[in-house]
Amino acid sequence: MLPILIKGLTLLAGGRAVLDDFTAEIATRGITAIIGPNGAGKSTLLRALDGLVRPGRGTIAFGPGGRSPAPRRAFVFQKTALIRASVVRNVALAVEAEPISAAERAARVAAALERVGLAARAQDAARRLSGGEQQRVAFARAWARRPDLLLLDEPTASLDPAATEEIERLVVALRDAGTKILLVSHNLGQVARLAEDAVVLASGKVAEHGPVDRILKHPASEAARAYLKGELPWMSFAGVS
Amino acid sequence: MDVLRGSFLTLAAAALLALPAAAQTSITVASTTSTEQSGLFGHLLPAFKVATGIEVKVVALGTGQALDVARRGDADVVFVHDQAAEEKFVADGYGVKRTPVMYNDFVIVGPADDPAKAAGKDTLEALRKIAAAKAPFVSRGDKSGTHAAELRYWQQAGLDLAAIRSDWYREIGQGMGPALNASSAANAYVLTDRATWLAFRNRGQLRILVEGDVRLFNQYGVILVDPKRHPHVKTEAGQRFIDWLVSPAGQKTIADYKIGGEQLFFPNGPKG
Amino acid sequence: MLETFAEAARLLLVLDPAVAGIATMSLRVSVAASAIGCAIGIPVGALVAIARFPGRAVVVVVLNALMGLPAVVVGLVVYLALSRSGPLGHLGLLFTPGAMIVAQTVLVTPLVAALTRQIVEDADGELGEQLRAMGLSTLQRARTLVFDVRFSLAVAVLAAFGRAIAEVGAVLVVGGNIAGHTRTMTTAISLETQKGDLPLALALGFVLLAIVIVVNAAAAALRSHAARRYG
Repeated sequence: MLPILIKGLTLLAGGRAVLDDFTAEIATRGITAIIGPNGAGKSTLLRALDGLVRPGRGTIAFGPGGRSPAPRRAFVFQKTALIRASVVRNVALAVEAEPISAAERAARVAAALERVGLAARAQDAARRLSGGEQQRVAFARAWARRPDLLLLDEPTASLDPAATEEIERLVVALRDAGTKILLVSHNLGQVARLAEDAVVLASGKVAEHGPVDRILKHPASEAARAYLKGELPWMSFAGVS
Repeated sequence: MDVLRGSFLTLAAAALLALPAAAQTSITVASTTSTEQSGLFGHLLPAFKVATGIEVKVVALGTGQALDVARRGDADVVFVHDQAAEEKFVADGYGVKRTPVMYNDFVIVGPADDPAKAAGKDTLEALRKIAAAKAPFVSRGDKSGTHAAELRYWQQAGLDLAAIRSDWYREIGQGMGPALNASSAANAYVLTDRATWLAFRNRGQLRILVEGDVRLFNQYGVILVDPKRHPHVKTEAGQRFIDWLVSPAGQKTIADYKIGGEQLFFPNGPKG
Repeated sequence: MLETFAEAARLLLVLDPAVAGIATMSLRVSVAASAIGCAIGIPVGALVAIARFPGRAVVVVVLNALMGLPAVVVGLVVYLALSRSGPLGHLGLLFTPGAMIVAQTVLVTPLVAALTRQIVEDADGELGEQLRAMGLSTLQRARTLVFDVRFSLAVAVLAAFGRAIAEVGAVLVVGGNIAGHTRTMTTAISLETQKGDLPLALALGFVLLAIVIVVNAAAAALRSHAARRYG
């Protein structure tokens, strides 16, 4: 069904080009990391891929030759929006718009809760959960949607190491289930652990696109070098690389 | 959300259904604040209901407003006290016939120390003295029967109100009760019907200063709204109300209404 | 002054049946008007909050302005509409509790809609994008957000009820203050004040105040319970 073919994507916000003639072809399988400094346009790219923002110019197409229909998508944000209701009700929102029977909805929600280890907390108030558990609700929502393409926007940025590990396990499980994943993260250790390839984004353009190992060790572009220089001390402190 | 909306609708439905169903016949009577606020209707209507089973809903307004409401077809019967306006109402084709029912009288009340020295039996002389002293005077100013009478007295006293009025003359544009409250608060003179005065509780320094003048006679009349003009008018029940008011039983009930042993209204219907 | 208060307290203690009947009428009319106002105002407010359509800014300004609709103006307009000579005269609603419910509904619906619009729009700022990312339609998002802010909406419901039960101008004009039929606490207070019967007016005032306080306390308790339960 995939790859994702992005051509000339341009998006203006407040007179500034957040995405500026962004062009890339993203592989069919696995996890692709999107890295780059704040304001480079990473989140906007994910939003454009999910159809949450409409680009001013350019095209997004899917599949060989760009002729496939848009894939089933799910989005996990840095901080998950939860309504004042139980966990199960929050997860059910993810399939409310699906054209399936009520019974199938309930079954999918139950399976998703089971998958993220929240089945026992199904009736608890979602907003009363810890930060890590709240992100697991987000992954239950994603799981219930059975996405072909999962967009992750810094999903562990506000979590402690134990919760981060939990989430990373879920990301791997989703990938192994055949979901294509785009991961925006400033945690380069996480990028190295999870992603096969990385797109370095700078000022709305692709600075570099290639295998994660090579980009982290031998960045070719000036922009990637500058970004990684800022991040590398932290990375070596974390014992990665 | 569904639960939420469900409970709202249930609540709304329950509140609507809980309203009393209008099973028995009822008529709407547009009347004056003096008949309502003097307590006459509270005495009269239960007796009428026992006699006929008909319920009367009274909307109490100034005479002018009451006639307006009836003109729009929003009442079945008018029961007011401004003969000239009532006759015009009938002549204009809004009412079937005017029937005199009862009378009471107006009095002028004012502060007990009577700074204008207006006390006495002569209404017109009293008004002249109040105007000369520029003593505070409260006017209904609401086109009611009482207001119409007051304006007539000024004219008869030979005073051009438009020329002589200043701060001392206060038009409040409200019913008899508010006018009495305003007078009580300001120790002002005011023309009132005796019935409302007798039922009024917040008198302060006020007392009756002028009474017994033949000019102060205040006639009440009752009119059925013309069904030719407003077809939905409850002609039969309305006519029964009018007939009962002027019947011996109705006239006696009116005469029996007393506050502190004092009779408030004097029946003088055509058969009474 | 003191005598007036003492007499008012005595009237309350003996729970005069007339006082009780008037209070019941007030409650029925105001509860019905608030309920209908919420059934209309909440969906309208929620849709205005999240839907994007031409002229939306104007609608928001108008809604906010209508919050302050003068009661007597509403009364007059509803009176003219319900009068036998008016467009809805055939319903025969004038001078009935139904007319008072209509007038108060007109009065409180914009209030509920405007407050709902504000509350739901704030929630939409927080949750809206993620709801859209889950593929929810405008209607589904409106429902979800209204559910999410249901305890905050208690404020809007309360504001509607408070405005309805404390209002005198509209009910007096369209209800006619008919004893035993359309006499409410506020019109009775107005009448008794006019008659100079200040203790009775004050007793009714106490009842009105007590109802408003009880309802507000209940809403506050509900909200604090909700905050503990749902965060």
